[in-house]
Amino acid sequence: MYNFTFHRPTTVRQAAGLLARNPEGKLLAGGHSLLPVMKQRLAQPSALVDLSQVEGMTGVELKGRSVVIGAMTRHADVAKSDVLKEVLPGLASVPGSIGDPQVRNRGTIGGSIANNDPNADYPAACLGLGATIITNKRRIAADDFFTGMFSTALEDGEIIVKVSFPIAKKAAYEKFKHPASGFALVGVFVSKRGPDIRVAVTGAGSNGVFRVKSFEEALKKRFSPKSIEGMTIPASGMNSDIHATPEYRAHLVGVLAKRALAKATA
Amino acid sequence: MTANGIGAPVRRKEDFRFITGQGQYTDDVVRPGETRAVFVRSPHAHAKIKKIDVAAAKKMPGVVDVLTGAQLATDKVGNLICGWMIHSKDGSPMKMAPHPALAASTVNHVGDAVAVVIAETTAQGKDAAEKVVVDYEVLPAVVDPAKAQAKGAPQIHADVPNNTIYQWHLGDQKAVEAAFKAAKHVTKLDIVNNRLVPNAMEPRAALADYDAGNDSLTLWNTSQNPHVARLVISAFVGIAPEHKLRVIAPDVGGGFGSKIFIYPEEVVCLWAARKVKRPVKWTSERSEAFLTDAHGRDHITRAELALDSNGKILALRAKTIANLGAYMSTFSSSVPTYLYATLLSGQYDIPQIYCEVDAVYTNTVPVDAYRGAGRPEATFVVERLVEVAARQLGLDPTDLRKRNFIKNFPHQTPVIMAYDAGDYNASLKKAIELADVKNFGKRKRESARHGKLRGIGYSTYIEACGIAPSQAVGSLGAGVGLWESAEVRVNPTGSVEVLTGTHAHGQGHETTFAQLVSERLGIPFESVSIVHGDTDKVQFGMGTYGSRSGAVGMSAIVKALDKIEAKAKKVAGFMMEASENDIEFKDGKFTVKGTDKSVGFGDVALNAYIAHKFTGAELEPGLKETSFYDPTNFTFPAGCHICEVEIDQETGKTEIANWVAVDDFGTVINPMIVEGQVHGGIAQGVGQALLEGAVYDANGQLVTGSLMDYTMPRAHDLPSFHVGLTETKSPSNPLGIKGCGEAGAIAAPAAVINAITDALGTEDIAMPATANAVWQAMQKHPPKAA
Repeated sequence: MYNFTFHRPTTVRQAAGLLARNPEGKLLAGGHSLLPVMKQRLAQPSALVDLSQVEGMTGVELKGRSVVIGAMTRHADVAKSDVLKEVLPGLASVPGSIGDPQVRNRGTIGGSIANNDPNADYPAACLGLGATIITNKRRIAADDFFTGMFSTALEDGEIIVKVSFPIAKKAAYEKFKHPASGFALVGVFVSKRGPDIRVAVTGAGSNGVFRVKSFEEALKKRFSPKSIEGMTIPASGMNSDIHATPEYRAHLVGVLAKRALAKATA
Repeated sequence: MTANGIGAPVRRKEDFRFITGQGQYTDDVVRPGETRAVFVRSPHAHAKIKKIDVAAAKKMPGVVDVLTGAQLATDKVGNLICGWMIHSKDGSPMKMAPHPALAASTVNHVGDAVAVVIAETTAQGKDAAEKVVVDYEVLPAVVDPAKAQAKGAPQIHADVPNNTIYQWHLGDQKAVEAAFKAAKHVTKLDIVNNRLVPNAMEPRAALADYDAGNDSLTLWNTSQNPHVARLVISAFVGIAPEHKLRVIAPDVGGGFGSKIFIYPEEVVCLWAARKVKRPVKWTSERSEAFLTDAHGRDHITRAELALDSNGKILALRAKTIANLGAYMSTFSSSVPTYLYATLLSGQYDIPQIYCEVDAVYTNTVPVDAYRGAGRPEATFVVERLVEVAARQLGLDPTDLRKRNFIKNFPHQTPVIMAYDAGDYNASLKKAIELADVKNFGKRKRESARHGKLRGIGYSTYIEACGIAPSQAVGSLGAGVGLWESAEVRVNPTGSVEVLTGTHAHGQGHETTFAQLVSERLGIPFESVSIVHGDTDKVQFGMGTYGSRSGAVGMSAIVKALDKIEAKAKKVAGFMMEASENDIEFKDGKFTVKGTDKSVGFGDVALNAYIAHKFTGAELEPGLKETSFYDPTNFTFPAGCHICEVEIDQETGKTEIANWVAVDDFGTVINPMIVEGQVHGGIAQGVGQALLEGAVYDANGQLVTGSLMDYTMPRAHDLPSFHVGLTETKSPSNPLGIKGCGEAGAIAAPAAVINAITDALGTEDIAMPATANAVWQAMQKHPPKAA
């Protein structure tokens, strides 16, 4: 690890100021992706701006017909939120599948979304529910937020403050874990909220999380696994590595979508 | 049996300090003025070193020195060696290329060390290491051992044509050919035994301290065999004479073979400590461990089994290419030869066996012994062949095994080993009962109803442990004897210290060895302490590997205890004014035969030291005895593992639905510890079969270079094991012990793959059988509906 300065602001404004003064700085929001690469000397931020003490950035709240989760809420706390388990169990199941207990007790939703790892779980949930990412500057629809592998619509100095998830009547996440890392080799989030039907896939695409429009179209008739029976997505554009071929990933998208639908409609 | 004696499931003494974080590992040892070593490693698999410029690095803050391979050569530090000579078929000796601790002219694998920075802190060392400028001329690399032998392949070492270290064979080729010609049925298999990365929980570490006043060196390191380390570093590397080098292997957190070997880093730390006149410490990081700890396995094999029309095995033939990596590690030559081909008879009466092995250099991390070492590879060959032959002949796989089991002992196999005892039917029968094989069909149909394929696989394995009779291994090329030593020191107050040449790094010797002494001397288990791992305290010993510590190490203790008893009887005789021949020893009491006169062990110990009851002319004072025990044969643990799997047809994911292990380890000292060893071994074997596998790309980069890509088995990958024992005592050592440390890792891979292939209905699946691999196999060979 290279040397860096460490800052621990208590307000979002302070954090934004620190970030502005440290153009080579990084926000620390749990650090379970950032710190390992720093230890390996693959990242060299000049400063870390730790968000853990910033007020008002944690908690799961019911607000009208949405659930709002503070960006610094740890995975373990989201997983055990009674409110969330009651109104949106499909989302509540996501953080419990992330990493191991250590990761779940340090890692945060904001950190995960801002990093947009192509195998991370939360991006699928955000896109699969049509969430709104609320920053210190604006509100960004999930459909506009995830712009590619490890890249997002966030601008310099922009900090995710909270994420608002509309409560979908039917929603579920199905994940096939990467055998070594525990990330999603493929993960599929499905939801139905009135006419809005979403099928979002993480882990599979070489450009990060994406929606499967063909499945969504087919599910408009009936939101059921049967509606996409026999449907597949093309293997082109799928990730390829020693753990899964593009064909296998494409196949898993279909299998997991059906399983998620079965869970959502059970 | 006493409460804590032989056969009692005593809780492990050492666990208190481990569980409460009070273990003392190499990295925990801190010497005044200690510096840190950071190695500069090659990013290339194969390259010429044109120039190394250390000037900028030397100017970095906190840097004590920067040393290179050229200086190592100037100081005449010797190369690392492989200590087991193998001769090729044509009689020529194996071609061992030089292995300097720091590469000076050529790097031969990614991670090969070219320089070392000695700095005040690791962070400063790393900063400086980045400033070392190495000018490489990148050469073509080869990682596949078959390709390494091909014409035109990159030549890794001078004087090793076709990168071939040896072409060895064992058995009667002509007789085997004749048997195959006469056979009614031949089963053929192409087998890859996947390369594994050991990943002991504690990474390797070394701390070297130079005492200028005495011109002596002390090395703390993560070793399974500190005396062997001292011997090699003295006699071959030439760092210091044996009496000027103390090697201490304190608590060591797992070895699995990977900590047997003498590595460049410990040599460099010793050399550097003398140069900078300060202690030098190096602790491997996990990513460094992936690139430098000796890997395991990595065989490519063509195997064939010849049978007659009744399913009787006539002969076995195997041709193996073994990848030994970039350099020959300390015992690497023995693993694919005498630890492998000699086990190809399995549990079966096979009249003829012939095995050829080519050992090959590649631009990969050196490969050496890893839990089982050769025997898992042999078991996989034999047990896959037998299972597939049964399927091809339409026989039940247990039936084919029973038809061929060895039933009479001793049994001389055609591949050197003489099995001394066993009952293979007994373990198979017990395993079949525990696994409820008779209801397997019902379970298979139930699985099918849920879209799952169910399969059952057997592995009736054998291993040669209790390594080893010195004369026998000497005749096969070993550079050392493989006896073991023990010293039993009885203190004046009657407590006992046992100094053993074995080394514990997870095995629980502090408990099991104390159980033996407690039972034998009739003293409390708590009054016995076990000392190991320090060449200044313990007389020469050979260390721990090959499931040898019970069979060989405890036998040495028994021998020393025999001497203690004999001497104590003499003391008791003087105390009770009786002839030593009239003294009986039982339950910690010395009694004059036929009388009620007796003295306790504690009294005798005290009298041995105060020496008031006998003159110096009559008897030497003291009660301390030493022994060196050389076994008369290997031991032959054997057993039957049955694995049942359920495969998700949609995803290809395999779940282990049930596991039964019935093992014959001879005498069991502590059944709880033995069960733990079996669990750990199975976990590693399942890891190999389902999850683990080192993958190199064509340029020699290790793709699976971290735990994010290399899959270690986790608790959720494994079921609760059903473990049973049968017992035939080993006739080759006084306690009848056979050894249990490697059995699980040896038995498990074949059981898993036999179960998966049973479920899928195709033999076309390699290890690791990941979900991806199983799904691909199902695309190629669609399984029949159950």
